[in-house]
Amino acid sequence: MSILVYTENWDGKFKKFSFELVSYAAAVAKQRGTTVTALSIGKVADSELEKLSTYGTKKVLSITDDRFNSLDNKAMSKAIVAAAKAEGAKIIVLAHNNLGKALAPRVAVRIQAGLETGVVALPVSYDPFIVKKKVFTGKAFAEVKLNTEFKVITLAQNSFEPVELKNSETIETFDPQVTDSDFTTTVKETNKVTGKVLLTDAEIVVSGGRGMKSGDNWGGLEEMADLLGAGMACSRPVSDEGWRSHTEHVGQTGKIIAPNLYLAFGISGAIQHLGGVSSSKVIVAVNKDKEAPIFEAADYGIVGDVFTVIPQMIEAIKEMKS
Amino acid sequence: MKILVLISNVPDTTTKIRFKADNTAFDDAGVQWIINPWDELALTRAVELKEVGGVSHITVANVGTSSTEPTLRKALAVGADDAIRVDVEARDAFEVATQLATIAKDYDLIMAGIEASDYNGSAVGGMLAELLDIASVSAVSGVKVDGGNLIFNREIDGGSQVLSVTTPVVAIVQKGIAKEPRIPAMRGIMMARKKELKVVAPVSAEDRTSFVKFELPPKKAACKMVAEDNAKELVRLLHEEAKVL
Ligand SMILES: Cc1cc2nc3c(=O)[nH]c(=O)nc-3n(C[C@H](O)[C@H](O)[C@H](O)COP(=O)(O)OP(=O)(O)OC[C@H]3O[C@@H](n4cnc5c(N)ncnc54)[C@H](O)[C@@H]3O)c2cc1C
Ligand SMILES: Cc1cc2nc3c(=O)[nH]c(=O)nc-3n(C[C@H](O)[C@H](O)[C@H](O)COP(=O)(O)OP(=O)(O)OC[C@H]3O[C@@H](n4cnc5c(N)ncnc54)[C@H](O)[C@@H]3O)c2cc1C
Repeated sequence: MSILVYTENWDGKFKKFSFELVSYAAAVAKQRGTTVTALSIGKVADSELEKLSTYGTKKVLSITDDRFNSLDNKAMSKAIVAAAKAEGAKIIVLAHNNLGKALAPRVAVRIQAGLETGVVALPVSYDPFIVKKKVFTGKAFAEVKLNTEFKVITLAQNSFEPVELKNSETIETFDPQVTDSDFTTTVKETNKVTGKVLLTDAEIVVSGGRGMKSGDNWGGLEEMADLLGAGMACSRPVSDEGWRSHTEHVGQTGKIIAPNLYLAFGISGAIQHLGGVSSSKVIVAVNKDKEAPIFEAADYGIVGDVFTVIPQMIEAIKEMKS
Repeated sequence: MKILVLISNVPDTTTKIRFKADNTAFDDAGVQWIINPWDELALTRAVELKEVGGVSHITVANVGTSSTEPTLRKALAVGADDAIRVDVEARDAFEVATQLATIAKDYDLIMAGIEASDYNGSAVGGMLAELLDIASVSAVSGVKVDGGNLIFNREIDGGSQVLSVTTPVVAIVQKGIAKEPRIPAMRGIMMARKKELKVVAPVSAEDRTSFVKFELPPKKAACKMVAEDNAKELVRLLHEEAKVL
């Protein structure tokens, strides 16, 4: 009756988000008087798998079958359900990221579970099983009841702090009993972004809007991001204009992020933009218009010209760092 | 190749979100309804694929009451050939997917959005694929027809991939799938009136989840303002007070 958590790896390594998931599952397990089993798919060294135990896993089921490298949604979902069945798990936890969103609905159907995605906190209650999630793109929260014996949830990033525990785990190889016909997709090409802080991982995000005036004015923001180890983001018109890459567009129709600090320069704060960033812990706005709606969402603000403020901030950050 | 585009009917993205007095349901008084932005882009891409050849037919489908018909008509005006509405109020993603599974069998490519902008489930597309026991590819930002196969661009965390998939397949689409949503032209709107919008009766389906209550986020404290020439003070506050630097 353990809690099963699927811990995705990135080139054999786990990320903070994986540990958030394990810590969350461990907290649920504690409340339910049970333990956490993690499922890992892909080649991950034992020393890396052992890191999961620091956050509360009792057991890791490891699948190293190369066929899963294609991240085939059908085969992976089947494997997760096989692991849940083997462990007698009634609650399955996945990440609310690209892969988790792709797998969780399939897993839920396969194991006849109720599904709730983007959960932001520990269950409100277990009997009935009620969880809290964001709805209307961050504009509201809902409490949702899962009416089924099995439950699948995806946890929103940065909604649960990883907690280190004293714990040890066993690692077992797991055979999910998949066949070639479960693998339905062929990867022809993979392109990895290297050397840049990934927007979805970044603790600090530096973002610019149309107030930056053109694609040529981003040197200052890039310098600031470098200094802070931050990821870069932008509003939709900025990526539409081609000033910045589409991968940096945040908002309702772009990426949804929740860093500790979101720094918005020359962004008006349209509702669709805020939908992607409103879960940030602290929002800072620099905008020359004191009526800009971004100031209603921001914690700290400067009414002023970005081209005056950015160089001054860079200086102040350098001073702080030294 | 036949394409089915799933259409979710959602409040306009600028809607001020309010709930009914007991906070158990969304208050839709005065709300403008639109095609979910992702679905609009999916449909746009489907129409583009049909224009270049290789796609013979585009159907749009919605699970909902008759109140969603204007949204389906708009989808017809954008360029779908016909529409299907399963006549039941959508109350749960599994219920919606179960209804769609009854009408989705004859399509090669089924396109769903990565999430509906109202209840943010990110659920229907994947559930439908599992119910039909077919492939699904998520976070799709591009699609091309390649003979009997489909070529997808998909975003993964930290990069992107190109995939080849045999049909039938559910593509769960996101940003990039089409550049700009197509706005229906007058001619399209006229033609849409004559296109078929078939209403089918629902099958019985289980509600696996139910909303208990809604709440608005707590009001933020007022923004702390710093003078334009005092960026140093801002950095100090972020470092010492907010502790985020
Ligand atoms: C269906 C739909 C989905 C959408 N999805 C998204 C989305 O995902 N993400 C998104 O960002 N947008 C989205 N939008 C667009 C959104 O409505 C806004 O148009 C957009 O966010 C505005 O971008 P902006 O703030 O960069 O530009 P603007 O609104 O033009 O704001 C520029 C700001 O810069 C300030 N400024 C100008 N010059 C300076 C200066 N020198 N110094 C300081 N400040 C200056 C101005 O005062 C202004 O507030 C969507 C719209 C729709 C209809
Ligand atoms: C009165 C009322 C009560 C509700 N109560 C609940 C509830 O208790 N629990 C709950 O989960 N939801 C409830 N809903 C929401 C409704 O059931 C949702 O449409 C459904 O849950 C799917 O939304 P989603 O956010 O999961 O969609 P997602 O899975 O985020 O949608 C992804 C994609 O699936 C397709 N899609 C989604 N919905 C439809 C549809 N209806 N027809 C065709 N294609 C679609 C679209 O392509 C969309 O882009 C209620 C709605 C109403 C009006």
